[in-house]
Amino acid sequence: MFRGRTQSAQNRQLMPEGRLSGPMPWVIAIMVFLTVLAAAAALTLSSATTSTGEQLSREATVQILAPDPAVRDREQRAAQRALVQLPQIVRADAVPPADVEALLAPWFGGGSIAEDIPLPALIDVTLARPVDDMMLASISAAVLDVAPSARIDADSAWLEPVLQAMQSLQWLAAALILLLAIATAATVVLAARSALGSHSATIAIVHLLGGTDLQISRLFQRRMALDATFGSVLGFLAGAAMLVGLSRQLAALETPLLHASTFSPWLLAPLLGIPVITVLLAMLMARLTILGALRKML
Amino acid sequence: MVEFQNVGLRYGTGAETLSDISFTLFPGSFYFLTGASGAGKTSLLKLLYLAQRPSRGVIKLFGEDAVTMPRRRLPGFRRRIGVVFQDFRLVPHLTAFDNIALPLRVAGVPEGDLAGPVKEMLDWIGLTERATARPATLSGGEQQRVAIARAVIGRPEILVADEPTGNVDPDLAVRLLKLFSALNKLGTTVVVATHDIHLIGKIGGAQMMQLDRGRLSDPTGALRYPPKPLVLGA
Repeated sequence: MFRGRTQSAQNRQLMPEGRLSGPMPWVIAIMVFLTVLAAAAALTLSSATTSTGEQLSREATVQILAPDPAVRDREQRAAQRALVQLPQIVRADAVPPADVEALLAPWFGGGSIAEDIPLPALIDVTLARPVDDMMLASISAAVLDVAPSARIDADSAWLEPVLQAMQSLQWLAAALILLLAIATAATVVLAARSALGSHSATIAIVHLLGGTDLQISRLFQRRMALDATFGSVLGFLAGAAMLVGLSRQLAALETPLLHASTFSPWLLAPLLGIPVITVLLAMLMARLTILGALRKML
Repeated sequence: MVEFQNVGLRYGTGAETLSDISFTLFPGSFYFLTGASGAGKTSLLKLLYLAQRPSRGVIKLFGEDAVTMPRRRLPGFRRRIGVVFQDFRLVPHLTAFDNIALPLRVAGVPEGDLAGPVKEMLDWIGLTERATARPATLSGGEQQRVAIARAVIGRPEILVADEPTGNVDPDLAVRLLKLFSALNKLGTTVVVATHDIHLIGKIGGAQMMQLDRGRLSDPTGALRYPPKPLVLGA
């Protein structure tokens, strides 16, 4: 180990101490910044899709569509009573008319909408297990017995396109991460080739004095690792700062779906792997590039 | 020590730069390689210090076939050969001290063991005071001496020098040759390429090989009647 350290110290003196790779650290910083954002988006969407999907699969809404308010109220109470007696129902809560009006207010404006439009009475239903067609049919039959104008919808059905869009976004984020990794690798290859070109005279001398390919590649690997570490840390810190800021802004919003999609600070832990992987990728690419170029020499 | 058999060298698809080169170098001998500019001296030396493989023929180095030798084994052989390049090839960002120490560092000599031999070399070439100077601040003659010190610090078995006196005044040229001669007396085989035929008489017992348009001739009989191998301590 001591010998290894000594040789490392010796090797360091064979190349100038300045950075080898010009703008590479800054390019890597930008790549890591974007990768952190893309990965955070992928993780958040994954978590939101899972939790929202699980939650929605156990929820349904019963609408009582009778136009006469008295009949509607009666059917709503009867349906609620019937629902709570079913074994597959955990909860059945009548939605207060004021809440229904509040939901519609963005489209119909303020005031008493119910006086102008016959609004359906709603019952929020929480199920004991994820809903399926059979369960929905049996609940529907039980409700229709006591409330003929009732209609039951699984919440997952109307949010399915949204969940599918979120899953597509997840794949998009994963594809972005892959593309950024390829771009980072290409940047390192170009930087390594450029460094190899600008130090070709020194490399040729070391080579003719009996330096091995590994000795020479280690010099570049070390420099690339230092530059990549600088860029990665910078990019990660910038990305993390942006995520925390964004997370605070989103957390202030009341919309349930956006709230579920808010980035949690604990997600920063797996994102710590990004700078580490970037540095390892940079070292590997530098090593492969330099060894490939050296093999063309005798 | 070194044996060339019908060696030919061709760059790309052009005519042969070297043709049918055959000779043997013996341990402890001193050889001058002469010839006009473009005769192929540098190409021959490149084959000798393993910077180039021949297009044909056999080269045996330290008893092994250098032509078919796997690439990974070449560094070990290169460390046994000291080279003084025509253009010195000092590393510009390293000091005179570090340039001279380079072969030892490449060979993995511990940092603590470097100072002694390097200072000895600096003293030998008269540049102790210039140890921390970088090549750009050294004169041509000083750079050449650093290049020579770098070539010999690893006590190579063969020293190859390409026009080592080409950029220095006549007095310094003689001094440099005496450095080579001193090294030769310690057992190192020396091959000096030069087009300055007057230098050859300065080293007693040196053999001469002459290149003419890529072909080797043997004016002093060095190739036909090789000197007896030097026996150290005899």
